[in-house]
Amino acid sequence: MTNADFQILLPETILAAFALAALMFGVYTGKDKTAPLLTWATSALFVLLALMIGFNGEGTNAAFGGMFMDDGFSRFAKVVILVSAAAVLLMSESYMAARNLLRFEYPLLIALAAVGMMVMVSAGDLIVLYMGLELQSLALYVVASLRRDSVKSTEAGLKYFVLGALSSGLLLYGASLTYGFAGTTLFSGIIEAATADHTPLGLLFGLVFITAGLAFKVSAAPFHMWTPDVYEGSPTPVTAFFATAPKMAAMGLFARVVHDAFGNITADWGQIVAFLSVASMFLGAIAAIGQRNIKRLMAYSSIAHMGFALMGLASGTEFGVQAMLVYMAIYVTMNVGTFAFIMSMQRDGQVVTDISALNQYSKHEPLKALAVLVLMFSLAGVPPLVGFFGKFFVLKAAVEADMAWLAVAGVIASVIGAFYYLRIVFYMYFGTETEALDKTMAPAQWLFLMGSAAIMVLGVVNLFGIEGPAVAAAAALVH
Amino acid sequence: MDNILSIVTFLPLIAAAILALFLRGDDAAAQKNAKYLALIATSVTFVISLFLIAQFDPNDTGFQFVEERDWLIGLKYKMGVDGISILFVMLTTFLMPITILSCWSVETRVKEYMIAFLALETLMLGVFTALDLILFYLFFEGGLIPMFLIIGIWGGKERIYASFKFFLYTFLGSVLMLVAIVAMYVNAGTTDIPTLLHHQFGSETLSVLGFQVIGGMQTLLWLAFFASFAVKMPMWPVHTWLPDAHVQAPTAGSVVLAAILLKMGGYGFLRFSLPMFPIASDLLAPLVLWMSAIAIVYTSLVALAQTDMKKLIAYSSVAHMGYVTAGIFAANQQGIDGAIFQMLSHGFISGALFLCVGVIYDRMHTREIDAYGGLVNRMPAYALIFMLFTMANVGLPGTSGFVGEFLTLMGIFQVNTWVAAVAATGVILSAAYALWLYRRVVMGDLIKESLKSITDMTGRERVIFAPLVAMTLLLGVYPSLVTDIIGPSVEALIADHQTALAEWPGAATQVAETTGH
Repeated sequence: MTNADFQILLPETILAAFALAALMFGVYTGKDKTAPLLTWATSALFVLLALMIGFNGEGTNAAFGGMFMDDGFSRFAKVVILVSAAAVLLMSESYMAARNLLRFEYPLLIALAAVGMMVMVSAGDLIVLYMGLELQSLALYVVASLRRDSVKSTEAGLKYFVLGALSSGLLLYGASLTYGFAGTTLFSGIIEAATADHTPLGLLFGLVFITAGLAFKVSAAPFHMWTPDVYEGSPTPVTAFFATAPKMAAMGLFARVVHDAFGNITADWGQIVAFLSVASMFLGAIAAIGQRNIKRLMAYSSIAHMGFALMGLASGTEFGVQAMLVYMAIYVTMNVGTFAFIMSMQRDGQVVTDISALNQYSKHEPLKALAVLVLMFSLAGVPPLVGFFGKFFVLKAAVEADMAWLAVAGVIASVIGAFYYLRIVFYMYFGTETEALDKTMAPAQWLFLMGSAAIMVLGVVNLFGIEGPAVAAAAALVH
Repeated sequence: MDNILSIVTFLPLIAAAILALFLRGDDAAAQKNAKYLALIATSVTFVISLFLIAQFDPNDTGFQFVEERDWLIGLKYKMGVDGISILFVMLTTFLMPITILSCWSVETRVKEYMIAFLALETLMLGVFTALDLILFYLFFEGGLIPMFLIIGIWGGKERIYASFKFFLYTFLGSVLMLVAIVAMYVNAGTTDIPTLLHHQFGSETLSVLGFQVIGGMQTLLWLAFFASFAVKMPMWPVHTWLPDAHVQAPTAGSVVLAAILLKMGGYGFLRFSLPMFPIASDLLAPLVLWMSAIAIVYTSLVALAQTDMKKLIAYSSVAHMGYVTAGIFAANQQGIDGAIFQMLSHGFISGALFLCVGVIYDRMHTREIDAYGGLVNRMPAYALIFMLFTMANVGLPGTSGFVGEFLTLMGIFQVNTWVAAVAATGVILSAAYALWLYRRVVMGDLIKESLKSITDMTGRERVIFAPLVAMTLLLGVYPSLVTDIIGPSVEALIADHQTALAEWPGAATQVAETTGH
């Protein structure tokens, strides 16, 4: 029994054991000198685990009496999380090294965060959910303030910690209410207590508080306030990490809670999620217009994108989950490429984040500028780039669920949002000439920028077959 | 050659990819290579498309050269042409080599310029050949990207404002269409255009936010498509992006914009609005007719007041598109035949007029009408060609402009005499602004110092105009060249439209019921 349980938990166990062993290794040998090695080792392990999970796993397996679920849904999310985390680690190495930030704790904290995220998307119980969430969050609080001598970075970490603790508090309060009224913390038990014809009021309160806590983690408006500051203050690789894997994990967790635990009262949470979706899409689109700092701009962009992903979830259908997963996978890919570029933005070795620094970038670096152009149009959701298909999926989910108004609101927000993506293109191609950015770019960054842009163009053929696993994942989650 | 449509559509894109990947450097030789490669690619595309028209059977009203492959989530990669779309394909392939030739003197970022035009050609051809809604949308919307760059990078002084306005305006229109497309997909369970052409969308009165929507779902879908196509056409009052875009775009950009991109709106009305939502089209036809009539008169008057040549021609384009929309929604044989004819003819004429402006702009670097005068003294060949196209724009019998205007007006007259009467005044007004423009630019004495050394058209420029002159005159004296090809398909379209209307319980009773509440 226990043996079988641990068998299911194997990838998480391996990763956690690796993190602890590597910590010992780092401390007792060369300390920060081992950081490059550990970075590569961690990335390699991420990729290996992703392959193992992606190719090996099958069926739905419940461990520890349903507290931990290994199914198509969690595997899809885990592969996205691990691959994007590996990508971010690889491309951040040179940036961190150049700024004396490459400490050996960095890859280990990312590894621990990854363990937390993997637990999150597999959670089948409120306590497991909370453990995964906190493991992830605590690791992230630390990496946010990795640049210890910078006021902004420490501020980002502190802000993230205080607000994160608040949201955890909300979530815990919701969890305890749910426990009180459902009599169990297992999702499979809660779903029986929360039925369409009879839902205790306390359970609804619990649902609302849990949703609020989760909305904070996915940075959906109106719980988004921390995002721009944390994105801006953290070192760019950490920002890149925030924008990718944890978003997928939080979204996966969100989907799991609402479907596994509250799947019978879709209408009740559907309207909350729909509100979060509309608010995020419009806030992300409008607030980004005034931003000059590309990291803040990407923060608002991610808020808007979360709004779109939530649109899929709001529909409350199986196709909605599928749409959300496809959307998130595309979103993560685009952000990996975009942040690979942002990391390389520097002038005389100094980091530049002002978007006007991109003036006439296309003249100096035609190929890179073209790649960024592709990514920007893809982020804006303009066909024929892959970003459009993400939008198409979630729109279809919304219309199918009789939420055409949500779809209309979404596309209007996407037009407003297109403005600031276009403005980056404008600086790169139409702007007035200013001092050029440095031409140097780490090979890994170049690779991820070009790779991501190429995926956005070539994916139009068949989306690289992502659809099949997404269908299976959605089918595993929604019964 | 059963995938000839894909070859025609994607050949320019392949050329663009070759340019992007293999052409290095930015010296004179590389620039020349880029231009020649683009010219060859577009010419070969045109030659292949000639096979297309040679094998096309006008009497078959279904889709021909159909290709079908599986794509994503039940979508299909499906291409095909019928009598309505084939000539737009031909128009595009015919005009692109001319467009490429017309930007021979461009020297900044030549490689990117050629890539943008080649990519744009693929996207435009795709719009006319796609037989899957999403595939259509992909091409329709994708065209915005290269055009945005063409205006923004190679445009005039106010190019940034114009490019953003162009992009956001058209983007807003099309995303509403996207929601409608998704709704159609959900409702009909397919995005296959031939199937959807015979799918009946619900027309029961719906209540939306307390408003009674007569025609129900059809009306809502129709309005969403209308939002997109009306902006693209462009129709009054959403035409304001066009003058800005035209004025700021480089000559070749203006040519493509006026000659081909505007036709996508008209094509969309013919392919989607009219056959797929017949009841809504019938209900809302008076609205479109009157909007078109207002557009014709209003924009003609606005054109009279312009001081910038390109702006004047841009407003004249809006007016001419008014005939097209009115002709389409007259929904009879003459009206639709005329609308398609007018679109093709306008493709040649407006393209040529923008090229005419380009010829003197290249020499004087101004588009102000006041800066010119008396050009006939030093540029006789130019004066002749400009006159021909001015007359064609006015609709002089013997040129293709006349046939289109005459047929559409005849079609409109059978449906609504008053609209026809108002629209007909546009013919007089167009004569006024076009001839006045011609007089101010070409006639009179050559008194301006700056013009004293201006030279007549070069051999290259004459070569560019030759095919356009030929087509304008040929279609003017032998219009059945076009009507023979489009006729049967249009007839079938109208027959389907009438059947769908006859099956409907009747607009009259339903209107009476709802107004009674």
